[in-house]
Amino acid sequence: MPAMPRPDGRGCAAMKEPVYIGENPSTAPDLSELLVQVAQGDHAAFGAVYDAVSGPVFGLVRSILRDPAQSEEVTQEVMVEIWRNAARYRPEKGSAMAWMMTFAHRRAVDRVRSAQASSDREQRAALLDHTPAFDEVTEQVETRLEREQVRRCLRTLTDLQRQSVTLAYYRGLTYREVAELLALPLGTVKTRLRDGLIRLRDCLGVTA
Amino acid sequence: MTADLHTLTGAYVLHALSDAELAEFDRHLADCDACALEVRELSATTQRLGAAVAVTPPPAMRDRVMRQIETVRQEPPDVPPYRADSARPGLFGRLGSSLPRLALAACLAAAALGGGLAFWQYQQAEDAREQAQLAEAANDEMMRVLTATDVAVSSGDLPDGATGTVLVSASEDRAVFVAAGMADPPPGMVYQLWFDDGGTMRSAGLMDSSGGPSANAVLMEGPVADAAGMGITVEPDGGSPEPTSDPLAVMAFPEAAG
Repeated sequence: MPAMPRPDGRGCAAMKEPVYIGENPSTAPDLSELLVQVAQGDHAAFGAVYDAVSGPVFGLVRSILRDPAQSEEVTQEVMVEIWRNAARYRPEKGSAMAWMMTFAHRRAVDRVRSAQASSDREQRAALLDHTPAFDEVTEQVETRLEREQVRRCLRTLTDLQRQSVTLAYYRGLTYREVAELLALPLGTVKTRLRDGLIRLRDCLGVTA
Repeated sequence: MTADLHTLTGAYVLHALSDAELAEFDRHLADCDACALEVRELSATTQRLGAAVAVTPPPAMRDRVMRQIETVRQEPPDVPPYRADSARPGLFGRLGSSLPRLALAACLAAAALGGGLAFWQYQQAEDAREQAQLAEAANDEMMRVLTATDVAVSSGDLPDGATGTVLVSASEDRAVFVAAGMADPPPGMVYQLWFDDGGTMRSAGLMDSSGGPSANAVLMEGPVADAAGMGITVEPDGGSPEPTSDPLAVMAFPEAAG
């Protein structure tokens, strides 16, 4: 895995570039439709879902778990759970991609927390040394575009917002852990997580 | 408090809350449309963060997953809130504020649906249990059943896509029945619960449907004793000493847990 620069582009935190976004390319196949077919037991439709989401799921899970073998295991579990629970997807609660990614995040985070139950502060502090896994492994154009947009938007956050959001999302820390790690009051971290995400939402042009 | 809870939307979508906070926020979410919208938007935002780190998994994984799903049963859809009256608020919206213990029971019931516990249902059950342990409703026998360490759960299908779940505690010698998605009984009729004492039906009280059709948690009247299961019938208002109609459903009690 090539070592990557931190996504916060140290030194450019104040830079604000407009980001123009067309349709989110990673949602090109209509995942909602596909999930309906998956719920009816359609293996081919599930194959299409797999092709669309396994990359984001694997990348996210690996970002949180780091360990390659565990990451594969959890990714595989997540994909099978998607098959199992396709009928429970509720479009009114959000996009299919968001549903699956939310589940993947939760699953990876739970894996970390169960493994971490006995971990000490030292180990958690070591998390800070990891850099988010903005990998160049994938050659997909969509992913490169997405990555650039997200990076640029992360740079529009304040340092505290960015650190809080990335520690929680890419590392799977609770906000209490983030607060301890950054030596910030709990309330500050809570609000940084929220206003950081709101700023990202606006920068990325996300609509629910 | 509400304003404070509202700031948790960020931590919520990042799965950065403790289980107890999560349960509290979930309840808040049911009553806060603005929060729900914000949660949707912020979830869509975190999804983009995830997509930005996409890495193609090893090709062999696809084969493994495609093979594995051949042997995995798919869960049925969640039972939709029965819509006899579309003006009624949804299950958790209504119960969440007024009768949290019913929401809790429904949550446990949801967790018990469909044989193997899907992951997030398991999580819900854990959260519910933790919440239950915190609850002050010490007077509440229903609570004691739901939180009993030996509570055992089984579920069955009721007509029209509704689901019934029964939670039995041997130590409390009581049972709680939870229905989700049940229609109102016909006018002038009530649902009546029964213990099945080896083929003899013993009344376990009526289901109060005044709370609406979506969900109902009932502490069954009387001890479980040697009952092997339960049934539910439609009876004239006030109930009957013995069933006067074929049961809508009969369910065997689960094996005692632990």
